[in-house]
Amino acid sequence: MVRIVLTFLAMAWLALMVLAPVAIVLVEALGAGLGAWWAAVSDEETRTSVALSLQIAALVVPLNAIFGVAAAWALARFRFPGRALLLALLDLPLSVSPVVAGLVFVLLFGAQGWFGVWLQEHDVQIIFAVPGIVLATAFVTLPMVARELLPLLESQGDDAELAALTLGASGWQVFWRVSFPRMRGALAYGVLLCLARALGEFGAVSVVSGHIRGQTDTLPLHVEILHNEYHFQAAFAAASLLLLVGVATLLLRRLHTPETGD
Amino acid sequence: MGLVMAIIRRKRAPVALPGLGLSLGITLAWLSLIALIPLAALVIRAGGLGWQGWLDAVSGERVWLSLRLSFGASLIAALLDTFAGLLIAWVLCRYKVPGHAFWDVLVDLPFALPTAVAGIALTALWVPDGWLGRLIEPFGGKVAFAWPGVVVALTFIGLPFVVRTLQPVLQSAEKELEEAAESLGASPAQVAWRVVLPSLRPALLTGFALAFARAVGEYGSVIFICGNIPMQTEITPLLIVSRLEQYDYAGATALATIMLALSAVILALLQALHAGRRTALR
Repeated sequence: MVRIVLTFLAMAWLALMVLAPVAIVLVEALGAGLGAWWAAVSDEETRTSVALSLQIAALVVPLNAIFGVAAAWALARFRFPGRALLLALLDLPLSVSPVVAGLVFVLLFGAQGWFGVWLQEHDVQIIFAVPGIVLATAFVTLPMVARELLPLLESQGDDAELAALTLGASGWQVFWRVSFPRMRGALAYGVLLCLARALGEFGAVSVVSGHIRGQTDTLPLHVEILHNEYHFQAAFAAASLLLLVGVATLLLRRLHTPETGD
Repeated sequence: MGLVMAIIRRKRAPVALPGLGLSLGITLAWLSLIALIPLAALVIRAGGLGWQGWLDAVSGERVWLSLRLSFGASLIAALLDTFAGLLIAWVLCRYKVPGHAFWDVLVDLPFALPTAVAGIALTALWVPDGWLGRLIEPFGGKVAFAWPGVVVALTFIGLPFVVRTLQPVLQSAEKELEEAAESLGASPAQVAWRVVLPSLRPALLTGFALAFARAVGEYGSVIFICGNIPMQTEITPLLIVSRLEQYDYAGATALATIMLALSAVILALLQALHAGRRTALR
């Protein structure tokens, strides 16, 4: 009896608090028919915002992936002074408010920022332009690959790498032939998480973007613009694309069996 | 291969892995460039305001009300998440639930759903003629465009932090202990209260802290549902943005330092709580 009541309560909470928001996105996006959904999704401005989001992710994700591999290698394979501090700092970008993440770049590169005057003299625009969005996105997704790799590398230990070294392999050979193949799965999953977050980031990007239509509105910002202009069906159609990315990430996670067994 | 490894282990071979310089160099360079230097700039800028200037920027009724709403709503949301998360983690770990995989995936959804999408979806649900808003309207309940809306949004985004922190602990918990207590005559309620709950306390605390930390800084999912009425439904991150939009950089910076300090404190607490053990939070 207790079992049934508890199960019912848990399911009810999940249904009302989590499932209902997903359902309403789909209902609002597709309620007027597939034709209306397609019309909203293929709208010129929506397409531009999708392209911009993809471009930004294409820049940010590889950089953060390289960073992630390097950070995981250094932190999992070596003990050095300041390692604990570095581990803590690595988490900072994920715990800082996205608004603060955007703000710091405005303070550096905005019109009244430290480099504002210099940038203006040289006619370089970072805030209210694409470079600012790239920086803010890089900030909020910074440790995502590293966090996937770190527990894996730590649980694997360095026996295999040391064995390869004693057998005469060079450093890069060890990395490419021994370490890399064993981290490929976790790396791919970290890249996927990083990609999903880069495409969906709202707060940080909203602060630096300036919301210039057709120029600096990424897909999530475009959802906001449409919503604020009472184009609800179009807003939910655009949102359904982001929902699709999110759900795909979750389903791929199911397929990706974590090697650490977490 | 196995033999070589055995020899290495026994002899503690003097070989060292290469690449510390390169990997640490890349790590420090990128981390500094993207995160540490910009955050340091924020702190230095706030320092430039001077003590009095900083105090002026963070005092005033509008700031106070926004802080009260942000902290109050985050506290309520994190508490709700702790109770609901405990319930959901328990049911998913211990009971055979129809459609188990489906519910389990659903738990992670708030992580994967971009905040703007969550924001417009929750708003559409809770406006007076929405699916859920309609149910509470006859009783005079108001969620969207009022402070409960903030709580709803923050509860939504915080839930997976609690469930995902509790699940591994519940799974690895020794069922023998519970069985022993039962066989010694403890009632199910006694087992839950005296045996299960104490072993979950650190995980509950961690989950609560993670949900709270996330909630305090949250922006995207809240701004749609709260209606953004100054002095009433304005959370602190929103006040930072509106100050920035009025080019009040000093005011925005001062408020941001409060948020940043809070993040740092919670991070430090979590680190202390885990004493170096890394959690699988995402």
